[in-house]
Amino acid sequence: MNSTSTHFVPPRRVGIYEPVHQFGMWGESFKSNIGNGNMNTPSHIIIPANNQKLDNNLSEETSHGTAGTPHMFDQEASTSRNPDKIQRRLAQNREAARKSRLRKKAYVQQLETSRLKLIQLEQELDRARQQGFYVGNGIETNSLGFSETMNPGIAAFEMEYGHWVEEQNRQICELRTVLHGHINDVELCLLVETAMKHYFELFKMKSTAAKADVFFVMSGMWKTSAERFFLWIGGFRPSDLLKVLLPHFDILTDQQILDVCNLRQSCQQAEDALSQGMEKLQHTLADCVAGGQLGGGSYIPQVNSAIDRLEALVSFVNQADHLRHETLQQMYRILTTRQAARGLLALGEYFQRLRALSSSWATRHREPT
Amino acid sequence: MDKVVRMSSEKGVVIFSKSSCCLSYAVQVLFQDLGVHPTIHEIDKDPECREIEKALMRLGCSTPVPAIFVGGKLIGSTNEVMSLHLSGSLVPLVKPFQANLC
Repeated sequence: MNSTSTHFVPPRRVGIYEPVHQFGMWGESFKSNIGNGNMNTPSHIIIPANNQKLDNNLSEETSHGTAGTPHMFDQEASTSRNPDKIQRRLAQNREAARKSRLRKKAYVQQLETSRLKLIQLEQELDRARQQGFYVGNGIETNSLGFSETMNPGIAAFEMEYGHWVEEQNRQICELRTVLHGHINDVELCLLVETAMKHYFELFKMKSTAAKADVFFVMSGMWKTSAERFFLWIGGFRPSDLLKVLLPHFDILTDQQILDVCNLRQSCQQAEDALSQGMEKLQHTLADCVAGGQLGGGSYIPQVNSAIDRLEALVSFVNQADHLRHETLQQMYRILTTRQAARGLLALGEYFQRLRALSSSWATRHREPT
Repeated sequence: MDKVVRMSSEKGVVIFSKSSCCLSYAVQVLFQDLGVHPTIHEIDKDPECREIEKALMRLGCSTPVPAIFVGGKLIGSTNEVMSLHLSGSLVPLVKPFQANLC
């Protein structure tokens, strides 16, 4: 075997001893230093017998000065005469290689997890920017906090809500198109019913989300900032809905005017009743938390009894959505199909304008004056 | 349950509630807004609370409280009251029991 061949260890020889060269790689904090130095180490193990040429090759190779594993070369020289030591050395190498593989696996898994987390964070940032949040460079933290997405129920809801808004925008577009064109009543009726069902679908989603985290739904963090300004028990005020819609109806019959009037009044009364119920809940909760001794450092019993009370919050959120549902339902009953279509278009555009206001405000806030 | 039948058949609007139930309080407020003074039975203060709860559920209430009866007839819970009110059917129902405004 001439000296040049030791530089190029044929694959079939290296094959079984591949772990050794990997050990060299991982042993030094992932330097991609596969290089020549490591490729040479197998040759010493393959040739167990004393080999003057081998020793010479040894010195040649060390002089190449790779950042390989020089200490291995020294040990190899002393075992080349002793088969037992060689076997032990082989076993040690195998063990070292095994550990190296495990370390590599753990490291790669860590990289993978971090990568997925990074993708997730980037998606959240994008979504937050779209929704008009002021997303700073990390120095300013917004109260949204990404801990919200740790709750799978809430993460699912946020994703579904994103789709809901997209579908909403599409429906608004369609309504606008057909109302400016010609459409028969049957088809229009279908569009109106689809739009109504879409709102009802949102209430169902919110009900599920409220069970996962009622504070999240109550806070309206899934809505844009301007929408949150008008928040009432986790959503829009039903009486606001009527206020937004009514000016858009040109010709109403006397019966319709009466019905609408009655609806406005009963809606307001129901809203007031729920608001007062909420106030009572706040007071009872505050009393609960402030109960016993303050200043003693204990809080477990107070927190536990408060948690019992918080269940009531879920029913309030559901009740508020029920009120929104019924308000929409009654409007649908009072109005003609065409009027209902125009109403739904107006309502949809109103929310779109609020969302646009949120993102405009966020952008304006960011621009230097 | 006799007790429940007796209590629910009282004249006017009867609300079964619990002292801790804020939704029951909201329903109370609504009726008061309509000029009605409902009779409130806080069942958590009653020694037979569990039996009353079961009886109310058996009568068809989805939740034991609040349970609203008008003129001896079960209306339902908060959902039903709200739906009735928004459709305009609640006021005619309680009209005979509205307090005289004098």
